[in-house]
Amino acid sequence: MNNVMIGLEVHVQLNKLKSKLFCGCSTDYQDEEPNTHTCPVCLGLPGALPVVNRKAVECGIKVALALNCEVLEQTLFYRKNYFYPDLPKGFQISQYDFPLAVNGKMSIETDRGEKIIRINRVHMEEDPARMIHEGGIQYSRHSLIDYNRSGMALLEIVTEPDLKSPKEARRFLDKLRSILEYLDVFNGDLEGAMRVDSNISLAGGDRAEVKNISSHKGVEKALSYEATRQKNLLRRNIKIIQETRHYDEERGITISMRTKEGEEDYRYFPEPDLPPMSVKSWTERLKDEIPELPDAKIRRFVEEYGVKENHARSLTSDIEIADYFETVCKSSICTIPRQKVVRRAREIDPNMAASWIVDVLKGELNYREMKIEGSPLTEDKTIKILKDLSSGKITEKNAVEIIREILDNGGDPEEIARRRGFGRLDRSETEILVKKVIEENPKVVEDYHKKKKRALNFLVGKVMALSKGKSAPKDVNELLEKYLCED
Amino acid sequence: MMDEENLKQIARLAKIELKEEEVKEFSPQIRSILALFDEIDEVETEDVKPTFHVFGLKNVFREDAASPSLAGEDAIKNAPKKERGYIKGPKIM
Repeated sequence: MNNVMIGLEVHVQLNKLKSKLFCGCSTDYQDEEPNTHTCPVCLGLPGALPVVNRKAVECGIKVALALNCEVLEQTLFYRKNYFYPDLPKGFQISQYDFPLAVNGKMSIETDRGEKIIRINRVHMEEDPARMIHEGGIQYSRHSLIDYNRSGMALLEIVTEPDLKSPKEARRFLDKLRSILEYLDVFNGDLEGAMRVDSNISLAGGDRAEVKNISSHKGVEKALSYEATRQKNLLRRNIKIIQETRHYDEERGITISMRTKEGEEDYRYFPEPDLPPMSVKSWTERLKDEIPELPDAKIRRFVEEYGVKENHARSLTSDIEIADYFETVCKSSICTIPRQKVVRRAREIDPNMAASWIVDVLKGELNYREMKIEGSPLTEDKTIKILKDLSSGKITEKNAVEIIREILDNGGDPEEIARRRGFGRLDRSETEILVKKVIEENPKVVEDYHKKKKRALNFLVGKVMALSKGKSAPKDVNELLEKYLCED
Repeated sequence: MMDEENLKQIARLAKIELKEEEVKEFSPQIRSILALFDEIDEVETEDVKPTFHVFGLKNVFREDAASPSLAGEDAIKNAPKKERGYIKGPKIM
């Protein structure tokens, strides 16, 4: 898709805070009854006075620093005036001329290598209430409003229009989410935690704003739909008008929201109830609190553990998985004396661990919609499984079965292996099967001597079938060749 | 310049309904107020920093601690329309 320009406005809820941005109402409102987490401040009752949550500002600065932004010397809250049922005061407390931070950048991985996406600004604002349109926004006749979300601390992260495809937009959001979770300011699993508005335009057309993309998975779909829609209009020589469109997630389409002319005049002015903030001096202290971020972790995993870059990338996209991998690798270090020098060796090859976690475990977790944290497959169990696999005690197929059973029902890897009769056969046991197969298939053996390659494969298959997959493939190949030559 | 169209636009943004004769009445009044601002504009302010806040306060914060909220029924007590604990409002697209 050429000549597409996409800019994103990402709204991120600082949902790891205990209280809202300007009042002490609890942020723990998910699954609670509507309108049970409100107070005069977040309901916008007359005379209520907002006071800024210090930690929210600290979280905002950490995010700004992680996105390589410059924190401004002075930062101010403004009133953004408009009428909408989700906004009880008739204005939203947001930022305007003096945002928290500006001029950042973040790199994403694209099909043509790494690419820098410029961040225009990071600013703070209060979340509006949640509105429910029963039967969908097009067909419902009224809205139901729940102010529990009203006043939650939001960060708005605005990119320059540097994204060139819906796929890049998705990559950007995936990476952003992982950075936010590394910083421990954000839980992306909660409903409405990340909401995205986007500007999208094709060369030669006006831009359209697509609002209400409520999941980072929806972004790629919404933008692809919109890019195709605009392309088709251009092809038919219809002028693309500047407008706001609403993404209908269920139907996967964007709908024009006929905005009245001039409605975008928000009449911003400084919020008189909130004194200016001067917090640039906090950055040094907060810098020290920023943990190793995904890019640095990828580099370290490649250097320290020698894992492949794509594995490192996948491991680090989720901090819980990254920590899990490190625990598995670290605890399997043992010291072995060799030639007078004590060398540290690993009982589990980090590459094998990486491959099992990325290629098997992540998929099994996804399939079950489980997170690694709190799953019954604790690190020590994975260590046990991988050790048994390396030593040849169990087969790869067994390992997968054990992982599945533990995720489903819990249990101990050793007990499961014993109960289900898992395990490798000894070489001597395989030897008996090899002899038996050779004896029972004289015709195939004859073919083998006629240099028919398929004959050997057939015999290998027979032995593996007899052993129910428990013979080591190496043993089978070696023994077959040995006895066939003797023949 | 405050013409009648501007005035209607401002009224629309503020959700104030104006009759045609009110538009005619208020336009010159607001024009005279704006004229006053033109006078203020003539003051030399080249070296004066903009004032965003008049008290000189800065960095007023609270700690991140949760405190009790209003009971649900109290929170929506004054709403003219409600349904299952929600406040019921118009649909606006």
